[in-house]
Amino acid sequence: MSTADDVLGPDDQAGRRGGRRIETFEELAARRRRIALWLTAAMLVVYFTFILLIAFDKSLMARKLTDGLSLGILLGVIVVLATWVLTWIYVRWANRSYEPAARRLNEGVER
Amino acid sequence: MILAKIGDPDATAIAFFVAFIVVALAITYWAARRTRTTEQFYAAGHTVSGFQNGLALAGDYMSAASFLGIAGLVALFGFDGLIYSIGFLVGWPIVLFLIAEPLRNLGKYTFADVVAYRLRQTPVRMAAAVGTLSVVVFYLIAQMVGAGTLIKLMFGLDYWVAVLIVGAVMMTLLLVGGMIATTWVQIVKAVLLLGGALVLAIWTLSKFNMNPLDLFANAADKNGDKVLGPGDKIVTGSADAVSLGLALMFGTAGLPHILMRFYTVPDAAAARSSVNWATLFIGFFYLLTFVLGFGAMTLVGQGPISEIDEAGNMAAPLLAQEVGGEPFLGFIAAVAFATILAVVAGLTLSGAAALSHDLWVNVVRHGEAPEHEQLRVARVATILMGAAAIALGIALEGQNVAYMVGLAFAIAASANFPALLMSITWRKFTTWGAVASIVVGAVTALVLIYISPTIQEDVLEKSDSLFPLKNPALVSMPLAFIVGIVVSLMTRDEVAEERFAEADRRMHLGIRTTPSPVEPPVAPRPAGR
Repeated sequence: MSTADDVLGPDDQAGRRGGRRIETFEELAARRRRIALWLTAAMLVVYFTFILLIAFDKSLMARKLTDGLSLGILLGVIVVLATWVLTWIYVRWANRSYEPAARRLNEGVER
Repeated sequence: MILAKIGDPDATAIAFFVAFIVVALAITYWAARRTRTTEQFYAAGHTVSGFQNGLALAGDYMSAASFLGIAGLVALFGFDGLIYSIGFLVGWPIVLFLIAEPLRNLGKYTFADVVAYRLRQTPVRMAAAVGTLSVVVFYLIAQMVGAGTLIKLMFGLDYWVAVLIVGAVMMTLLLVGGMIATTWVQIVKAVLLLGGALVLAIWTLSKFNMNPLDLFANAADKNGDKVLGPGDKIVTGSADAVSLGLALMFGTAGLPHILMRFYTVPDAAAARSSVNWATLFIGFFYLLTFVLGFGAMTLVGQGPISEIDEAGNMAAPLLAQEVGGEPFLGFIAAVAFATILAVVAGLTLSGAAALSHDLWVNVVRHGEAPEHEQLRVARVATILMGAAAIALGIALEGQNVAYMVGLAFAIAASANFPALLMSITWRKFTTWGAVASIVVGAVTALVLIYISPTIQEDVLEKSDSLFPLKNPALVSMPLAFIVGIVVSLMTRDEVAEERFAEADRRMHLGIRTTPSPVEPPVAPRPAGR
């Protein structure tokens, strides 16, 4: 299998170059999968908490917290906010951590 | 008084409509000179920026179902309508985490490019075309019905004339301007829709001390506290709620017209940033639907809303008339028309891509069709899809649009999403596993919809139905996964396994080592193997 690991050459054998460990493609891909999985799981938990409460405890969702605000409406707004936060976390991670690592691997292939 | 005015064409309303159509045609004219290749026709030449695509995704996604349908459902049923608002949003992070980047890195024009990347082209693309067309058709029906109802009510035109007008404008836009015109119409529409909904929401709130809680409390005073909690109109049972939730969450990741938009950006990073923007815009819009729905319930009243349209689709325009009078009604109606036009164009284009790129070019011609032929076939396919949209829209007058879109999502979540996800994550996924998953997902979803209360009781007016759930996703989506896994384990696809490492590398790292991000095109697996 000819991947970046071979192309990176001898210094990759020790797993280091210039004193800094170069992440292999497999490690980077595994890291991305792990993060994607955790964030997906987080979104599922948030949303299905909302849906399952609607499905199984309608009276709790209908409970009035204050005039004009039921628990259901509050949780609905929280789900929207959670969507924004999780998306933002992923994009921030991808731009700061993933992109540079992927670029390093791509440069490795080019040489 | 309200009733008398609607259906009686008003000068401002006509002016806004005409203005938008002129803008759309101007964009089309401008885009025409930039639409010479198949790549430009389907993918806007991969030149759209992340921010622009974020707006266009929002424009493609916030359909008549969102604006007219959800506002109507909330106005008539209260909290239950919000289940749709929230569900339509939560699919976006899933698209981002699991689908967007691999899709951009592996495909060319359709999501079938990705599923078929390692697998045998012919069977996979035929199956994917079935999945795509099933989703597109249901979605199109919803949009056309919304458009017809809207124009009929605004101008007193016959319903079929209204559908024909939308179809004609949409086809002109697509045939002449392709994806470039579609993208810009979607961007203009997204800005108009977000702006229009924001103004309408603020105007509404100004009657309630700018406090949404005052509005909700007022709605509860008039219609009972039940409107603020889950009722039994939209989700009758627990399983119904979960099934609808599944369909909405995973359906987004299987919508062909949304997936297609990721090919308009230059690379995976832009695809990522476009989802980020889209999620922000769409979430903001759905928060506004809380206010619009309850606002219409309180200020217009449930009686007048259901009197004009039983399904509630006219709640938002009626609210606009109530707070802002005729001119604002004209503006909001034009926005709703723009909304429908942009979505219909995106849908028709993705259906046309399935017919021409997947079926004609890759199945009939084994990927060998010359450029001019591809473009010609693309345009013929567009005409076919457009004609189908018009015919179905006329045939199925009177359905609630959010509801029909919910069913389209169920098919997308069952037919397209499982195969797409497994093809990019599972080495041992085989050609026949993919075909079985797509076909079983699509057929199960369609059959279950047919024997569900939705069709049997609401449409055919029978007293009971074979299948208890209104939305089939709870059964059809897991089944599509199971069938895909079992069939893959029973069959072997050595070429697909061998190619996994290369595909995996490409989907994670992209193809940035080549000068142009779009070349070389997807190297399909040789037809013979």
